[in-house]
Amino acid sequence: MKFVHNVKADITADIVYMMCPMHLLKLDEMIKGLDKGQVLEILTDYDGALEDIPQWCEKTGNQFIGMDEDDDYYKFYVRKPQ
Amino acid sequence: MRKCYFDHVAVNPLHPEVLDAMMPYLKEDFGNPLSVYDLGMSARNAIEEARGKLASLVNAKPPTIVFTASGAEANNFAVRGIALAKQSRGKHIMVSKVEHHSILNAARFLEKSGFVVTYLPVDKYGTVEPGVVKSSITDETTLISITHASSEIGTIEPIKEIARIAKERDIVLHADGVATTGNIPVDVKELGVDLLSMAAHQFGGPKGAGALYIREGLRIVPLIYGGIQEGGRRAGTENVPAIVGMGRAAEIAKNKLNSKMAYCKELRDRVIGGILKMPKVYLTGHPENRLPHHASFVVEFIEGEAMLLMLSMKGIYAASGSACSSKALKSSPVLLSIGVPTALAQGSIVFSLGEDNAREDIDYLLAEFPLIINRLREMSPFAKGWGEGSEGEKCFTG
Repeated sequence: MKFVHNVKADITADIVYMMCPMHLLKLDEMIKGLDKGQVLEILTDYDGALEDIPQWCEKTGNQFIGMDEDDDYYKFYVRKPQ
Repeated sequence: MRKCYFDHVAVNPLHPEVLDAMMPYLKEDFGNPLSVYDLGMSARNAIEEARGKLASLVNAKPPTIVFTASGAEANNFAVRGIALAKQSRGKHIMVSKVEHHSILNAARFLEKSGFVVTYLPVDKYGTVEPGVVKSSITDETTLISITHASSEIGTIEPIKEIARIAKERDIVLHADGVATTGNIPVDVKELGVDLLSMAAHQFGGPKGAGALYIREGLRIVPLIYGGIQEGGRRAGTENVPAIVGMGRAAEIAKNKLNSKMAYCKELRDRVIGGILKMPKVYLTGHPENRLPHHASFVVEFIEGEAMLLMLSMKGIYAASGSACSSKALKSSPVLLSIGVPTALAQGSIVFSLGEDNAREDIDYLLAEFPLIINRLREMSPFAKGWGEGSEGEKCFTG
C-alpha cells in the first residue's frame, strides 16, 4: 500500500460508517463527475476498501495515488486520468 | 349515528389524491428500484420525485432526506446513529422527559450500553427550558434530542433557541418532527436542527412511511445494514407506494398548510373553550403555544378508557394519552413530567382535529361530552365530596 500525506483533493466523498459496496459505488459516481486530471478523496472506515479501491482503479484505468490514515477512518486518493 | 374522528395524532385519513398517486406502484409499476430495466427505473424515479417533494416541505435539499418505515424508526436511527458515530468524542446525550417512547427507549438502550443520558425536565406546560438545556451540557455531550411538539399535550418546544445553544457547543440537535411536519411550518434551516424525524400518516400520507432529514456532511451510523438503498444509510427494498404517497401528501400539505392551520385552530379553540366550561376539567400543555389541531385535557375523578368507550358509543373517536401508554393502562410519563398527579393522569383525553372534521362535529362533541362526563362521575367512587377541593385544583390553579 502506498501511503501519502497532504494530498490536495478537488472533491471529497465522506462515506464513513457506510458499508460495502458504498465505497465502490460512490467512487464510480464521483469520478464520473470529475474533470480529467482532478483528484477525488474518499473517507471511509470500511476495511475492505484497502483492497477494493486500488483494484478498482487498476480495472477502470484511474490512477490510485495512495492512502492516508486518520484516527477513525482511511483517506483514499484517486486521480481521473488525462 | 354521526361519526366524528378526533384522533388525527394517531393517524390521518389517507388523502384521496395520495391514494391515486400510490396506486400505479401497487399495480403495474411494481418494479424494484434497484433493477436496471425500465420497471426499476420508473420506481427509482418515483422515489426521487417523492424525496424532492418532502424535502421542499421542510426546506431541505433532496439528498438530505432518508426514507424509513416509520417516524419511530427515524427517531431510533437519529438517536442511536449519532450517539454511536460521536462516541469517540463523548458518551453523554440529552433527551427531554416529554419525548415519544421511540426516543426514550432508544436512550435507555444506549444507557445500558454505557452511555450517560440526561432526561431534561419540563415546566408545567411541558416546555423544555433552554437554560436548563444549556446548564446540563457537559464536555462529553454529543447529542440533544427534543420533540418539536408533543403529540400528547400539544406543546411546541423552543427548538430554535435550543439549536443556538447546541451550535455554540458543537452538539448535534435532533428534533422529533412527527407531530409537526405537515401540520405547522417546519423549516430545518430556520429551526437550526441537524436531524428531523417525520411520518407520512400525520399529514394525509400512508402508514409505514417515515423519513429522517440528516444535515449535509453529518456522519451517522446506519440502523439497518444490508443493501445500497438510500445511499447506504438505510438498507432494505423501498416501500415504493408508501414513499410515493408520502411525497404526494407532502406536496398537498405544503399547498394547504395555512388554510388547514387556520381551520383546525378555529375548531380547536371551540373545543378548548367548550370543554373547559365543565367543572374540574383542565387543559394540559401550553394554552397558546400549541399545535393548532390539538386539544388535550385531564378530567378529574374518571378514567380515560371509560371516556373513550362512551365517546365511541356515540361515534366520537378520541385518544387518552399516547397510544402506547393508553394500551398499557399506564400513567402517561408526559403527564407525570408536567406535574399531573398519578390519579388525575388517568383521566387524560386528547382530541386532535383535521380538515375532515366539520364545524357541526364540534357542536356534536360539545353536546355529548358533558353528558358522558356527568354520567361517569355519577358512577365514580372518587367523585364523592368533590366540591370540597381536588388534586386538579391544586395542580392547575394552586
